[in-house]
Amino acid sequence: MDVRADPTRQLVRLRGRSYVAFVFSPVVPIVEWLAEIDATLARSPGYFVGKPIVLDLSAVDLSSSAIAHLVGSLSERNIRVLGIEGVEEERLAANMPPLLTGGRACVITRSEPTKAEPEPKPKPTSLLLENPVRSGQSIVFMEGDVTVLGSVGSGAEIVAGGSIHIYGTLRGRAMAGVNGNSAARIYCQKIEAELLAIDGYYQTAEEIDVALRNRPAQAWLEGDTMKITPLN
Amino acid sequence: MAKVLVVTSGKGGVGKTTSTAALGAALAQSGQSVVVVDFDVGLRNLDLVMGAERRVVFDLINVVQGVAKLPQALIRDKRLENLWLLPASQTRDKDALTDEGVGRVIAELKSRFDWILCDSPAGIERGATLAMRYADEAVIVTNPEVSSVRDSDRIIGMLDSKTVRAERGERVEKHVLITRYDPARAARGEMLNIDDILEILATPLLGIIPESQDVLKASNVGTPVTLNNAESAPARAYIDASRRLMGEEVAMVVPAERKGFMNRLLGRRAA
Repeated sequence: MDVRADPTRQLVRLRGRSYVAFVFSPVVPIVEWLAEIDATLARSPGYFVGKPIVLDLSAVDLSSSAIAHLVGSLSERNIRVLGIEGVEEERLAANMPPLLTGGRACVITRSEPTKAEPEPKPKPTSLLLENPVRSGQSIVFMEGDVTVLGSVGSGAEIVAGGSIHIYGTLRGRAMAGVNGNSAARIYCQKIEAELLAIDGYYQTAEEIDVALRNRPAQAWLEGDTMKITPLN
Repeated sequence: MAKVLVVTSGKGGVGKTTSTAALGAALAQSGQSVVVVDFDVGLRNLDLVMGAERRVVFDLINVVQGVAKLPQALIRDKRLENLWLLPASQTRDKDALTDEGVGRVIAELKSRFDWILCDSPAGIERGATLAMRYADEAVIVTNPEVSSVRDSDRIIGMLDSKTVRAERGERVEKHVLITRYDPARAARGEMLNIDDILEILATPLLGIIPESQDVLKASNVGTPVTLNNAESAPARAYIDASRRLMGEEVAMVVPAERKGFMNRLLGRRAA
């Protein structure tokens, strides 16, 4: 009697696991792009170690040998390419990483240990000076407006990220909107300024109209020109 | 309570030393015990104006460095027994003063005198900052000219930031003393007028000293102008200023143009 045992069919167990793969999208010239990779590696040598890397070649048109060379130069840098996408299959040789399709984009977020940091106080957006600003003093406030209740002496300067308001006489220099805020303005009760500047455009004392002197005035930018007009 | 007063200016040649001697003598005349300290190391002039240049043996630097004791360096005035001088040295390096040394000397002076008047060198260098460092009050001497007024503005800014009082968050009481004021030239617009100066400096006025030959005469004979001729216009202005320093209310006299009869006659004819 023949006893035959039917081979029991082993079930192939499939388990799913997903990894977030870095996608490298080389751009021409490849040499410069590699130099950028080198710069990243110089900052943190172990950054790509053990991470799946996918090469997306859709942005470049490379020949088979060029692809082989690129993969080679990446592995020289200890970067192992898991798969290649964005290229026809026939350009890939047998010893190259396989072609991948169907990748979905995702945002890489770096998980950092959450520390219970006290909420930083919001920085003040204006600076109030109750005393006159004397010759030789320099007030720099990049965060916003500066208001001076007294005068700004000749030889003093005020540098503000926002507008400048002076309720006394402006005899020194006033520079408003220094970090590119062209909407900033300068106001003063009496203008005898040595220099007015808004967002890099400036006028010196000589260029300011004599008729404006000793009067309340404001200065603002209209395109590339600085306008100074009397207030009221 | 001893008061440390610094007489300072930004620009040189405005009359700090003359004013220190005149104010010191005026305060001493009213019964206060006063020491005038010459901080202008390397140039030394206060002893000349006080007429004590031939009696200097030890000076401020010797005391600061501990070579001499304070009583050895103090020179008593020949005319006023409660007026003293602590002279400077011409031979020493101007960097020989140290912050702690000056602080020690000022503290010692404070225990002996009612008023310590420090004659500062001009400018914003270390000597000037050391002279103002321990001050409770400051007299900023200025001429009616733009350069002097602007430099005074800078000095006031330093008094508000570089003194011990300012660092402790207190105030140094400040006064402006306008010297060499010429009413005739001010009327002709050749000088800044008083209102403009005070508007720029935003500091209370201590006095206006008229331009006068008496000031030069007094300093050349080595006598503070208030002692040389107490009736002269500058002497009266300094005496008024010293009374204001002591807290008295004294009406401010703005020097006016004095026109003689002949002058007026000629003036009319010219008009």
